[in-house]
Amino acid sequence: MLRIECPCCGPRDHDEFRYGGDASVARPAHDDPDPEAWYRYVYVRNNPAGSHREFWQHVTGCRQWLVVERDTTNHTILSVGFARKRPGKCPYE
Amino acid sequence: MSRYSALSIFRNGLSGQKNWQRAWRAAEPKPAYDVVIVGGGGHGLATAFYLAENHGIRNVAVLEKGYVGGGNVGRNTTVIRSNYLLDGNTQFYEFSVKLWEGLSQALNFNVMFSQRGQIVTAHSADQLDTFSHRANIMRLNGIDADILDRDAVRRLVPYLDFSETARFPIYGAILQGRAGTARHDAVAWGYARAADGHGVDIIQNCEVTGFVRDGDRIVGVETSKGRIGAGKVGLAVAGHTSVLGQKAGLELPIESHVLQAFVTEPLKPLVDHVVAYGADHFYVSQSDKGGLVFGGNLDGYNSYAQRGNLGVVREVAEAAIALMPCISRVRLLRHWGGVMDMTPDASPIICPTPIDGLYLNGGWCYGGFKATPASGWCFAHTLATGKPHPLIAAYGLGRFRTGHTLDEAGAGPSAWLQ
Repeated sequence: MLRIECPCCGPRDHDEFRYGGDASVARPAHDDPDPEAWYRYVYVRNNPAGSHREFWQHVTGCRQWLVVERDTTNHTILSVGFARKRPGKCPYE
Repeated sequence: MSRYSALSIFRNGLSGQKNWQRAWRAAEPKPAYDVVIVGGGGHGLATAFYLAENHGIRNVAVLEKGYVGGGNVGRNTTVIRSNYLLDGNTQFYEFSVKLWEGLSQALNFNVMFSQRGQIVTAHSADQLDTFSHRANIMRLNGIDADILDRDAVRRLVPYLDFSETARFPIYGAILQGRAGTARHDAVAWGYARAADGHGVDIIQNCEVTGFVRDGDRIVGVETSKGRIGAGKVGLAVAGHTSVLGQKAGLELPIESHVLQAFVTEPLKPLVDHVVAYGADHFYVSQSDKGGLVFGGNLDGYNSYAQRGNLGVVREVAEAAIALMPCISRVRLLRHWGGVMDMTPDASPIICPTPIDGLYLNGGWCYGGFKATPASGWCFAHTLATGKPHPLIAAYGLGRFRTGHTLDEAGAGPSAWLQ
């Protein structure tokens, strides 16, 4: 089991979270006409064996989207932060 | 290689079982091969066998970083079926089942293919309608399929929950009678032995660490046993396709996720078929030793750890008991994880790559075992001719750019949702 240190709610079992995939993928600009950019955004993944930045949403807690940095070979969690740079007021504060 | 036969068993019995040949040679790498296959799992070994058997290419090496049978070919739940819906999948998997039907004879090795039939339960009238659609598609492709009503299901598998209190009552089922299971280790050993018999070098404990290039072309691999030259390199390293692909400069639509499998303590014969639960992700068969073998969903986040989490153990146990209340007190003997190449459309990628000299066989999601013979057959054709075999024409990398995805699971591009 993963234990994710939610910056809002504290350490929680990962069952409380929903996985949201690779956080290093950048969405192209809304009006980007290049199909290659959209192909890469939707499909191409680095999929590293090692440190991986990924989205998790704390669905049964504060419902914040987090960016978790995790080693995919042994599940060590290296860092956790809010996905938004300036998170809204934490509902539990 | 001496053939296995009743006579060979008798003869070796007379000499105290001391004179059996080893199943395949402990080969050391030569400086160069016509084809180097990276990955000594089922698909890699099958590819090597069919390269020699169908195309006469015998100067072949299979490089395995661990030991033969230690990866996904030894970690799956052994189910074989061809109950697919989409063009491209239907024909490919049926070809595979047909190869399975003659595999023990072709390899001179008993892979214990048991066509016990697979039943997928339907839990609403609508679901039974979609199964009827699938059965019609299968029959149009010459594949056996039957639709069963509730009473017929009950006669075949009376131990499922047919009570008033069943969470999802059973309406009916789809049955493929020719589906079944095989002994997964025997598949690896059988292909290894048969390939070795054709002169293929199977090199264990040999990890590929990089690629050798001549200009843009890949002409060999760097390994833990030194540099090995290759006319062509085929990747068949399910789970680690991204890791090796990156070393070659391939960008792939693949994520690696762990899938767990489970075995219970041995029971007397109970489950005669492969049974899959249409209301959740759970399927079960009974091994020849008596253990119930089953699996469920992916753990659902990127992982190369080959071990799973307890949350999925609970979810799979819940599904198991919802379908089969009679096993609620059966003890779980063990569970383990395998690393899956998950593609965004739940279909494999098996094709020549944009990199000259490099061919790819991967992205099998969690359906690679049943595909082993057809995958080897078609990948060998692709390596030998440089062009995709017609049966894998739909499995190219280009499909994600052109929109010709084969989304059998209907889960969209998020691999972890499958």
